[in-house]
Amino acid sequence: MSIQYIFSILWPMLEGAKATILLFLLAIILSVPIGFLLTLAVTSQIRLLAWIARGYIYVMRGTPLLLQLLFICFGLPLLPVVGKYLVLDRFVAAVLGFVLNYAAYFAEIFRGALLAVDKGQYEASQVLGLNKWQTTRRIILPQMIRVALPAVANESITLVKDTALLYAVAVPEILHFAQTAVNRDFTIVPFFLAGVIYLLMTLILTMFFKYLEGRMKFD
Amino acid sequence: MAVIEVSKVRKSYENIMVLKDISFTVSKNEVVSIIGPSGSGKSTLLRCLINLDQVNEGSIRICENDLVNDGAYSPLKEVKRITSKMGMVFQSFHLFPHLTVKENLELAPKLLKKGSVLEIETRSKHLLEKIGLANRALVYPEKLSGGQKQRVAIARALMMEPEILLFDEPTSALDPELTGEVLEVMRTLAEEQMTMIVVTHEMEFARDVAKKVLFMDHGEIIESGTPDDIFENPKMDRTKAFLNRW
Repeated sequence: MSIQYIFSILWPMLEGAKATILLFLLAIILSVPIGFLLTLAVTSQIRLLAWIARGYIYVMRGTPLLLQLLFICFGLPLLPVVGKYLVLDRFVAAVLGFVLNYAAYFAEIFRGALLAVDKGQYEASQVLGLNKWQTTRRIILPQMIRVALPAVANESITLVKDTALLYAVAVPEILHFAQTAVNRDFTIVPFFLAGVIYLLMTLILTMFFKYLEGRMKFD
Repeated sequence: MAVIEVSKVRKSYENIMVLKDISFTVSKNEVVSIIGPSGSGKSTLLRCLINLDQVNEGSIRICENDLVNDGAYSPLKEVKRITSKMGMVFQSFHLFPHLTVKENLELAPKLLKKGSVLEIETRSKHLLEKIGLANRALVYPEKLSGGQKQRVAIARALMMEPEILLFDEPTSALDPELTGEVLEVMRTLAEEQMTMIVVTHEMEFARDVAKKVLFMDHGEIIESGTPDDIFENPKMDRTKAFLNRW
């Protein structure tokens, strides 16, 4: 097993990693704020809104992400009448699927964090004269983020690994190139390389979240 | 001049009357202590004054403005304006854990433009010196003892320059050896003519500092008067029974 061989397959795999990283970044950047909006909807006084948000979360968490991806990529175009307008680029469809799915998980994480903020914080804010927006933005949100951070870190690591589901909707990513190389060259090395690339990505994420947690210790 | 006028206030939680026909007044510069057993409605009464809880019937006037008149609350904007004349100190402090001591003091006045940034920072510096915590301005509340936290909470309330300060059992969550430093700050405020209503279990404080004492039990004011009236010559059996336990 030569170093040259490793480099020769590493290059296409890193190309594949670009798709993985792009999907990861888009999914996290979009699903975190949507998740927060869902949390607000679930905890809203408007019953219908809360009810719809709860239903959404139930469906998204209650069915496999793979099913949701297949549904968006291959299912939507089969719909009568509107189907022909719903033929999305595979990668775009995958991003959509990941965002819709992960937003539901983040919503539940944020809801838990919201419950963890002491009721007294709202009362202290009220008697000092802060309005609802000031209270949410300056008092509740910072405390919520601190509570949610470990769970958000955990979820992002899951997201890195879930990007491998791109394989199922035929978007070339790390796993696709590894599998191709294994079949072509009849060697297990590409699988190890794929594993190492995933480990590196999760290591960077873990360190990033550790750093964030350290900055938010407030002591 | 009466700065707080409460008349015929009633409140119930799910069919249980927690405040029954409460009436009293507080004059400017007066310190009033509310004493009584747990569950007597003292804290609820205090919370109703600053609109953390709402009454069902009766009237509350703050500095000659109607907070609630015969069970009908003023519009929310007016309620906010009226309650902003009061500050409140809670039993469990409720400091903002993600902000330093200095930021805890300055956040609300800065957001609500209670003076220029320079004025606000001068005021917080002055208040921290007054409560003896000038050297702790940049630490987070977690690093403070209970007594220090409560002193910061008092300073935070004072930053908004309230005309009336409400205290809800300010020393009940503290270790006995830490209550002294908090009571000392409150004593100083009383000497400076701050109008205060203090719900407390500290009988000594009520006796020494208050001008008027209200004894509550089961949602009613059983007896009220000067500390001498209440502590030396209580007239009602329930007051006597309560005071005998201390």
